[in-house]
Amino acid sequence: MKASMRTAGDWIARHLVLMIGLLVLLYMLTPVFVVVLMSFNQPAGRNTYTFDGFTLDNWTNLCEPYQLCSSVGLSLEIGLLATLVATLLGTLMAFAMVRHRFRGRAAANVFIFLPMATPEIVLGSSLLALFVSSGLAGKLGFWTIFVAHVMFCLSFVVVTVKARLAGMDPRLEQAAADLYANEWQTFWRVSFPLVFPGILAAALLSFSLSFDDFIITNLNAGQEVTFPMFVWGANTKGIPMQINVIGTMMFAIALIVVVVGEFGSRRRGRAVL
Amino acid sequence: MAEPVTAGSEDLVLAGLTKKYGDFAAVDALDLTVPSGSFFALLGPSGCGKTTTLRMVAGLEVPTAGTVTLAGEDITRLKPYRRPVNTVFQSYALFPHLTIRDNVAFGPRRKGVSKREAAAEVNRMLDLVELGEYAGRKPAQLSGGQQQRVALARALINHPQVLLLDEPLGALDLKLRRQMQLELKRIQIDVGLTFIHVTHDQEEAMTMADTVAVMNQGRIEQMGAPEELYDLPRTTFVANFLGRSNLVAGSVTGTAGEEVSVQLDGGTVTAPVERAATAEGKVWVGVRPEKVHLKPAGDPAGGRGNELRDAVVSDVSFAGVSTEYVVRLPSGQELMVFEQNHTSQRRLHSGDRVDLTWAPEHTFLLDAAQDASAGTQFDDE
Repeated sequence: MKASMRTAGDWIARHLVLMIGLLVLLYMLTPVFVVVLMSFNQPAGRNTYTFDGFTLDNWTNLCEPYQLCSSVGLSLEIGLLATLVATLLGTLMAFAMVRHRFRGRAAANVFIFLPMATPEIVLGSSLLALFVSSGLAGKLGFWTIFVAHVMFCLSFVVVTVKARLAGMDPRLEQAAADLYANEWQTFWRVSFPLVFPGILAAALLSFSLSFDDFIITNLNAGQEVTFPMFVWGANTKGIPMQINVIGTMMFAIALIVVVVGEFGSRRRGRAVL
Repeated sequence: MAEPVTAGSEDLVLAGLTKKYGDFAAVDALDLTVPSGSFFALLGPSGCGKTTTLRMVAGLEVPTAGTVTLAGEDITRLKPYRRPVNTVFQSYALFPHLTIRDNVAFGPRRKGVSKREAAAEVNRMLDLVELGEYAGRKPAQLSGGQQQRVALARALINHPQVLLLDEPLGALDLKLRRQMQLELKRIQIDVGLTFIHVTHDQEEAMTMADTVAVMNQGRIEQMGAPEELYDLPRTTFVANFLGRSNLVAGSVTGTAGEEVSVQLDGGTVTAPVERAATAEGKVWVGVRPEKVHLKPAGDPAGGRGNELRDAVVSDVSFAGVSTEYVVRLPSGQELMVFEQNHTSQRRLHSGDRVDLTWAPEHTFLLDAAQDASAGTQFDDE
């Protein structure tokens, strides 16, 4: 008896870290599982939060709730465009700030953090004030949302790419230059492939920030309705289960992008010669 | 060479080369000619400006003033990728995302060599550094010594007019280092290129280089063949940094023919006039520890010309091939003496009274205005 107790105790001691890790993972992923599960829910009434039965209807009649698909379309459009612009600008900024010494660099390093540190609600309302006082009242919509999203994504891109770039030995770029690569070749053959995981992470982060954003968007959207705004609105009269389908799809796409990105960066090494 | 070449036409010439960071001159009006085809070492403690000099030759650093001329062409402002110069970096700087093959092929490919030709050349190069079977691996999968050889292959494949080596052996352990020193020397003789080797290791510089330039505080202290520098240092820094030296204060009493006489605390010594950096006033009398012989105090036999009497052995350490003595002069100054361990010779002990003796032709005289301890603080590097 005692021996078996000791064995059990040893087993627990050996696997304690693993078990805690699994619990934390479970804690993190439970909401995601709920989303996936609820996407197959056959709700009993309008305002239900319980799993009442299995169905594929939510997947097949995706666009049934009014404005659902158009709001997702708008969010995707803004998300992709804002990600593209923010990633491009942010990557260039990160290169400038890590690789070059210039007047005001230290200040720029601090200012980069300001949009991240400012409460979203404050940013949103001040943006609205800015837009209105610039004569855009009544013209709020796609482009004001886009401008707002690029603005708050930018800091995150700069910080992410900077971190990756700072870990990269500047002598690699010097070695490339020493080996007859001009600035353009050095960037594409050495800097970019090595920083790419950082850029990809920044782009994914931007997209999810943009796709997700409610507060700033809600204040500056005019008559447009993005996906988070649609969910917020639907919440008052009962959330359609199709929202969970959209959630599951986004989750699956993000997963695929990460896996493909990882695979691609492993392969890229061979393609250079 | 069959064709008569204009003397020095292929040389690398640095003229008035200066690099300033604010008020600090990392390299201070350096004038230097590196003969084509030579193995040249820039030797100095860290922070002496040797790496900055190298980077200016590579084009990675823009000089504040002065010019870099290679084979008659001014390359001072040329971009690094337009110079027929390649570098082996201290950290190797291999591209971590590329295979060894692609790393080595990087230079030729950028120069427009076709894939096929580059591949053949890469194989030849990897065979030269004995890494043919590692071609498909990534740098992180290789040991330090192997990475070092890849870095060398990656630079050599371009047949640069000048190969720059920035402390390339610094990260290797002692044994591998000695092995790579011989290897590098062999490759340099094989390919016949100009090698400029930057190092703070005086032994490495002396073993490998045809010419050593000792650098200190942005300037060249002295330049010449290793044996020449060791035999006749012209500054206290060189005397101490390159090997070790005993420096004793004295004043010149006169010059008779080819000999300079110097009055010391414990007697008078002489030195050939051509070995005197300065032949009047106050001087440092220098002699290398292994050139000095110890004999029992007062023994008239076995004298070698110059003598310092009535010293006491204060420390003895046995080092295999030799025994290293520390000997205190009556003035209190301590000198080093290295004696070969010949079987016939009697070992001395701490407290023994001895006379020091050495030949005048092993004596050198330095300017007393210089700091006698310059260059000693770097012993541990």
